[in-house]
Amino acid sequence: MVGGLLRTAVCAFALAGAGLSGANPGVEPLPVAEIAPGVHVHSGHQAAWPGARADAVQGDIANLGFVIGEHCVAVIDTGGSPALGQRLLAAVQRTTTRPVCFVINTHVHPDHTLGNAAFAALEPRPRFVGHARLKASLAARAPFYREALERELGVVTTAADIVPPDLEVDASTELDLGGRRLRLQAWPTAHTDNDLSVLDEASATLFAGDLLFIGHLPVIDGRLLGWLEVMDRLASQDVRQMVPGHGPPTRDWPAALATQRRYLEGVRDGIRRALADKRTIADAVEALADTGIDGWLLSADFHRRNLTAAYAELEWED
Amino acid sequence: MNTLTSLLLAAVLAAGLAGPAQAQAQQKSDPDNPEANATWQQMRTAVFQGRPITTPAEAVLSLDAPERAQDAAIVPISIRTHVEQRPERYIERVYLMIDNNPSPMGAVFHFTPRSGRADIETRVRVDAYTHVRAIAEMNTGELYMATRFVKASGGCSAPPGKDAAAAMASLGKMRFRVEGEVEAGKPALAQLMISHPNNSGLVMDQLTRMYTPAYFVRRIQVSYAGEPVLSADVDFSISENPNFRFYFVPSGAGELKAEVIDTNDLRFETVVKVGAGT
Repeated sequence: MVGGLLRTAVCAFALAGAGLSGANPGVEPLPVAEIAPGVHVHSGHQAAWPGARADAVQGDIANLGFVIGEHCVAVIDTGGSPALGQRLLAAVQRTTTRPVCFVINTHVHPDHTLGNAAFAALEPRPRFVGHARLKASLAARAPFYREALERELGVVTTAADIVPPDLEVDASTELDLGGRRLRLQAWPTAHTDNDLSVLDEASATLFAGDLLFIGHLPVIDGRLLGWLEVMDRLASQDVRQMVPGHGPPTRDWPAALATQRRYLEGVRDGIRRALADKRTIADAVEALADTGIDGWLLSADFHRRNLTAAYAELEWED
Repeated sequence: MNTLTSLLLAAVLAAGLAGPAQAQAQQKSDPDNPEANATWQQMRTAVFQGRPITTPAEAVLSLDAPERAQDAAIVPISIRTHVEQRPERYIERVYLMIDNNPSPMGAVFHFTPRSGRADIETRVRVDAYTHVRAIAEMNTGELYMATRFVKASGGCSAPPGKDAAAAMASLGKMRFRVEGEVEAGKPALAQLMISHPNNSGLVMDQLTRMYTPAYFVRRIQVSYAGEPVLSADVDFSISENPNFRFYFVPSGAGELKAEVIDTNDLRFETVVKVGAGT
């Protein structure tokens, strides 16, 4: 399994990097793997956020990354709890002495944003970068994410743990890390209404955020038909490897996109049939609850939800 | 101020709720004891004056809801009634309550004998672990209640809508249809869909520290051949793009007309022609 290989690589790397810096000795750095020169990725567990009190997940389910330029570092997603943000920061500081100048959130979901506060305390404060619709979505949803974190893990947060973007991307933009550029693309509504992808030009690595799931069942929290269109545009990019929001980074991303497309099209076609058969939303979800989920993880957590969301979207089709 | 707004304000003020986190902290619900919720006890006094409520009441009504909210923003609710709507005895109102939502009284549906059946299907937001209640009030005054306990969604799902910009762009668009063959004198099923963000306004602007205004559908009136068959006072516990399935009794040919009013006093109207017995 690729995840296992990654974790082995991570340990070796962590030992090699130990002692480089260490701003906060009480914090255990998150394990990361260098998947291209200067491109580091932490692989989250394949689990539903935030996990339970007794298990090892503790909100750590998303892939997080950082890219090191000649002048400074960009962090891409910050983890599913404030503590994970601290551990990611520790991983950055163990790897490089260069400052963090950008913190990019690929979308609003808590597993990608709840670690932001660890970076907001840095001096100088990095710019927080997100899709132009991220701020509104975060304001509407963060209270529920905070509540879930407390209910499921007993982790109490404050409003200050929610850090909105101060650099908003409504189409595309480039960030300069010193001799290294990141190209950011804001997408129309797909996985969410605020998906942002990050391309490291130097290594041709695309951080797709949750526009791409591998292993973990894709989750529809935006617009299914929009997502399929965005996937067409992703597929046409000249990219060496993709880092999905969940699952192992891959060079065979066309296959991963195709697998995701099969699932999403299956949901779309099943719901369209159910609508044509005049099934209600509850009936349609029941009827399709066991279809299209072979080979995916976490379908018990997300498949019915996807069917529900897809029905509410597709019933408005002409 | 309409009845529902005053009810929900009373409940919100009484419970001192300011947001979902507080709601969760203050409104612990015991799945096995639907009576033990403070909000419910307050509503019971405020709305029903402590009158007796028969529960369970499977001969009168039942309530279907998923055990866990899969998508917190879209939780399908189905209320089925088992009472013929006769002029001498019929279900006059059905209250839909979600104890631990910031606005617990999600909807009050008003029926007439011309409704045929007082069934309702809709979709609601579920903010926290909560009892959902359907309470039928007969024209003769008796009360009957069905309850279901719904767990909040796990993971990253949240009650706000998925695409606020898209919802505003298609504001007021409606779809209205009658399902199946229509037969004069027999209850026929209709579905009304309204494109509307139906937002709660419980979102604080980070700069001004002010809450954005709520904006939701507050009133629905449906008539057949000029006679009311359903009216409803509703609020933002109803999901984005409100959706209602209900019955009416067609006679000859006639028009089924729906009028929708939102909190900005915008009015939307739609009509479907019904040819009964053809």
